[in-house]
Formats: sequence, structure tokens, C-alpha cells
Amino acid sequence: MEKRVFMEGNEAMAEAAIRAGCKLFFGYPITPATEVLEYYARAMAERPEEEIMVVQAETELAAFSMVAGAAASGNRAMTATSGPGFSLGQESMSFMSAAEIPAVVVDSMRPGPGDGEILPAQGDYFQAVKGGGHGDYNTLVLAPYSIQEMCDLIQEAFVLAEKYCNPVVMLVDSTLSKMREAVALPGYTEVPDPDSKPNALRGCGKEESHHIITSGDGAVQWGEYNDMLQEKFKKMRENEVRYESYEVEDADIVMVAYGSMARVCQSAMRMAREKGIKAGMIRPISLWPFPKEAIAAVGDKKILVCELSAGQMVEDVQLSVKDRDNVYFHGKLGGATPTADDILSKIEEVIGA
Amino acid sequence: MKTVYEKPAVFKEAVTNYCAGCGHGIVSKLIAELIDEMDLQEKGIMVWPVGCSVLSDRYFKMDTFVAMHGRAPATATGIKRARPDKLVMVYQGDGDLVSEGMAEIMHAAIRGEKLSIVFINNAIFGMTGGQMAATTLIGQTASTAPLGRKTETSGYPMRMAETLATMPGVSYSARCTINTPARIRECKKMIKKIYEMQMSDQHGLCFLEILSPCPTGWNTTPVNALDWIDEKMVETYPLGLFKDEESE
Amino acid sequence: MFKKVVVDPVHCKECGYCIKFCPKGALSKGTELNKKGYHPPVVNDDCVSCGTCALVCPDAAISVYKE
Repeated sequence: MEKRVFMEGNEAMAEAAIRAGCKLFFGYPITPATEVLEYYARAMAERPEEEIMVVQAETELAAFSMVAGAAASGNRAMTATSGPGFSLGQESMSFMSAAEIPAVVVDSMRPGPGDGEILPAQGDYFQAVKGGGHGDYNTLVLAPYSIQEMCDLIQEAFVLAEKYCNPVVMLVDSTLSKMREAVALPGYTEVPDPDSKPNALRGCGKEESHHIITSGDGAVQWGEYNDMLQEKFKKMRENEVRYESYEVEDADIVMVAYGSMARVCQSAMRMAREKGIKAGMIRPISLWPFPKEAIAAVGDKKILVCELSAGQMVEDVQLSVKDRDNVYFHGKLGGATPTADDILSKIEEVIGA
Repeated sequence: MKTVYEKPAVFKEAVTNYCAGCGHGIVSKLIAELIDEMDLQEKGIMVWPVGCSVLSDRYFKMDTFVAMHGRAPATATGIKRARPDKLVMVYQGDGDLVSEGMAEIMHAAIRGEKLSIVFINNAIFGMTGGQMAATTLIGQTASTAPLGRKTETSGYPMRMAETLATMPGVSYSARCTINTPARIRECKKMIKKIYEMQMSDQHGLCFLEILSPCPTGWNTTPVNALDWIDEKMVETYPLGLFKDEESE
Repeated sequence: MFKKVVVDPVHCKECGYCIKFCPKGALSKGTELNKKGYHPPVVNDDCVSCGTCALVCPDAAISVYKE
């Protein structure tokens, strides 16, 4: 680990990805993710010895397909976009899951619907977590809440994508992308040989040929293929839950929040404790699989879900607990982020209720 | 005893899903012959479209990627940029290249991507049952143009080979057909050329448009379909070499 | 008996291209049906092993040999 540097989220994450051996980046400019593309483009120009390859694609449609092609050839590849671009990429998400392609996709959320604003939001939760594409598929969804976590998780994302031969979504937002923080950049990691990856397109020669195809061959075959994918998703559910708990043991009220919203809730939690309110927090780090059990375990307490949306994750919280009447919600639309005071007021209101 | 011809070794056993007389069959066979002759099983990675040839990957003992509809040039870009030493062999039809994938082919050409693209033009959407394509001739009937394509509502046939030839990122652009033995032999030479040009690593996009019979889509017999190419298609889609960097 | 042209009945779809383009007119529609209901062609002694039938066959169903 290096000394800490003061860096913008997008750029630090890009650097961490490069150090994870992701030399191939395909993207289309979109606020607030553009800097990832630009950082990669500069790295390609300034660090020729690292053989970085960046293509500014014509559209997000094309960028996602380029990522699919590159990742299918056994190499680590990534794109970074925001809501409108992530929407365009949904057919690709379905396709890459079906084809078992280990790509990494970053969505830096901004308020929708439509072109909306370029401020922070968490309105792509449904799309990322439930799958905005067609058919039955799931992808791991990771939600860091600091630039340090963005860097650490992006490196892990490639490993997880390869572990399960499935795309991984990194869900951040404008705040995380554009803010600057001190970060200890992770180092260069081991990168598996592209030819060694299962089903990689490498030029088969006389060996078994690898075929990336997502068309089925009748109900029986396609049913069995889907069963195989579902088994895989089940393993992901069992093994990849991540979250962090803060002072929940003695809490009377537990907040549930992720990403930049969790930072605000953390401050509100401290302010509440100072006022004698026993507040705690569960911060999901994997949004899929959702930390259902951790939330169920505090289901007898009052739960306050805070999101920069009209309420998307709150539904998964409600599904996790026995008594939905214990689940409260505080949301904000349009791009403004509630202050810690706003959240504290809400905590006091819920506790008083 | 001398073998004059045997089925290419790279072909798998399966009977193709193509209709009797389909041009895809002839062109797939030529590509398979070239794979055998030029020893491309290790060098080549094939990118297939969505269309009648969507199942073609299962006929070849090659590493293949059946791309999302229209996205083949983008997917191929990803593969070629990741593995520049490979011969990335792209194959697309009308729906895939001219409609769904117009942005992708144009930008692969704009960027001068080092790809070899075989474009099968049969002036119709075959797989989905014979709808009008952007390449359908004026007056030609299709399921979505029962009275024949009208320019007032549906515009004009798109000439891809000529259009791409105007672009600096395109190194080779030609149009041929496969309705006689001589033309089939010529077509094979041109496919070989676009593969060799990519392998030389000295050129950008290499494009070959092939006018191809679609008896089912044209509602006729295979033999009549071959004639229709000469009677009707060539007038709108002239055969010829529109650009060849190597001969400039 | 040495066969100059061998037609794979499984792959033939009776498109008629081989019959049309044989320069010797040596191919004609067969009377046997394959499993799909097609009549693979039959070859007579006018065949000179030129290979044109194999060249035009969309299904690579024809093999050609020369003595």
C-alpha cells in the first residue's frame, strides 16, 4: 500500500482498475462518469509501457458490446457510465449474464428519470439490482461509500466477475465519482492469463472450440442452461453478501443506507448518539445479494431506510423483516442530498412515533 | 485416386438451418475452405450476427462470438483491440449491418478498425420471415411492404459498399455475387483478400458485400433466385471494386 | 465401382444448383427421398470430375474424386 493521495473518485477508481490489470476500457462520455474514460485515455497516451487500450465508442450500446468482446477474449475489460447509458446497456447485461462473460460495469448514478440532473442519486437501484435487462439473470452489485472502498472493490470486482463468469456492477453516484478524498491506492494485482480463462476466445487451433452464443436450442436445452445459471446465482447469493454494521446491538433505531447517503447517515448517527438516541446503521455493500439476514436480525427495532430516490432499496428491506410497520423511509429526489440534520430530524420523528 | 473436392475439415457435422439454395450456405463454405487452406483455426476468431446465420457458429470448429443484433463490429472491435494478433472475421446480414447496426459499422469504418467484414445482402430480412430491409429494392414486395417498397414511405435502397468506400478508415470495399461458378470462385478470392489485408496489419476496415440469393424471402425457387440477382439486383447494386488501398 | 461424385443425402436440400451448373449435364434429380423429403441428385457417366457441382452446392453435400 502506498502513501495516501488526494484524488477524485473517478480517477482513483480508474487507477485502481488499471492496477488490477484492466487494460481495456470502452466508454462514452456521460456526466458524472466521463473522467474514468478520460483518465484511461491519458494513461494510454502517457504510459505506453502498460499497453492500455481505450476506445471512445460511438454510443453506450457499442461500448457495452466492445466490453463484451474484449472480456470474452479472456482479458479484463470495463466501462463506466451513468443512468441513461446504463439503460442503453441493459440488453448487454442480460446478454453477458447469459453468455457468462466476466465484464465490470460502473454506473455512477444521477437523478432521472430521463436526462434529469448530473447530481447524485440512487434511482438506478431497481435497474442494477433487479436487472434492467430481460430474462432471468442476476449480477453482483457492489456499492462502495468512500473512494478507498471504490478502489478496493473495483479490484475485487474483476476477481468476482471471473470467479462466477458473470458481469459485476459497481454502483456509485455523482458524489462519490466527483468528490476528492485521501486514498491509499491499492497496488498492482495478479492477473490470470487470458488463455486460461474458461470459454475464452483465443483461437482454438485443434483444441475444443469456444462459442459465445445466447440462443437456445429448444425448451429442454434452454431450460437446463437456465437451471445451470440459476445454480450459479444461488452460489453468489450464498457466498457474496457484504455489509457493515455500526452500533446496532443496543440500537433502538437502525438506519439502512448505502453509498454517499450512508456517509450522511453515519454523521446523523453520531449526532443522534450525542443526543442520547441509540441509533445504529447497517450499510449494505453488496446490494445483490442483499444482506437480508443482517437486516432481519434487527427487524424488531425501528428501521429507517434513507435513499436518494423515491424508495427502491426500502422494498428489499421490507422483504427482509417480519414486521413492515417497523420500516420507515426517508427519500430525496432531484439531486439534493439530505444533510445530517435532516436525517437527525427524521430519526427523532421516527423514535417519537 | 485424386480428391477434387471434399467438405472442409473445419465444418462440424450438422446440417445447416439454411433454406435450399441459400447464399449463406455458399459463402459459409467458401469461408470454411479458406480456414482450412490458410490454417486459420488458431489465428481466427469469428463474429456472427443475429439473422439467418445466427446459428452458424455451431457449424464451425472455431472460437466464435454470436454478437447482439447489430453490434458485431463493436464486439469485434473489443476482441481485436484485446487480441490484435488474431484475425477477427466478421459476418453480417442486412438487418444486422444496415438497420440495427448502422452506427456500429459506420464507426468501425470511421475508426478504421482492423476487421474483415463479409456483408450478405439479400435485400430482405430472412430470419424473421421476409420483412422489408433497408436494402430491399424499390417495388420489391415483402411482408411489411405487401404492395412493394415505395420511396415516399420507405426511402431508397442503401448501398453500403459505395458509402464505405468514401471513408478514409476503409481500406477495401467491394461488391460481388455468387450466382455462377465463376462468380463463386471470384468471391472466394475477394474473401481471401480481406482476410489477408487484415493479417498484414497494414490496413483499416476491409469490407465485402455479397449479393446473395434468398429463395424463401423472394418467394421463388432457388434457381430462379439466382436469375433474379442478375435481372433485378445488379441494377441497384452494381458489382465492382470500389476501393482497394493495395492497388492504389 | 469408382464414384466420381458422391452426394451426401443427409445434407442435400434439392436446391438444383448442381444440376443447373454441371457443364456436362451429368446430374439429374434423384428418385430416392432423404429423411427431410428431398431428392438428392444422381450422376451419370458423362461426369468428368470437374468439381463444379461441389463448388455451387450451398450445403457442401458433394464430394468429387478423379481416377
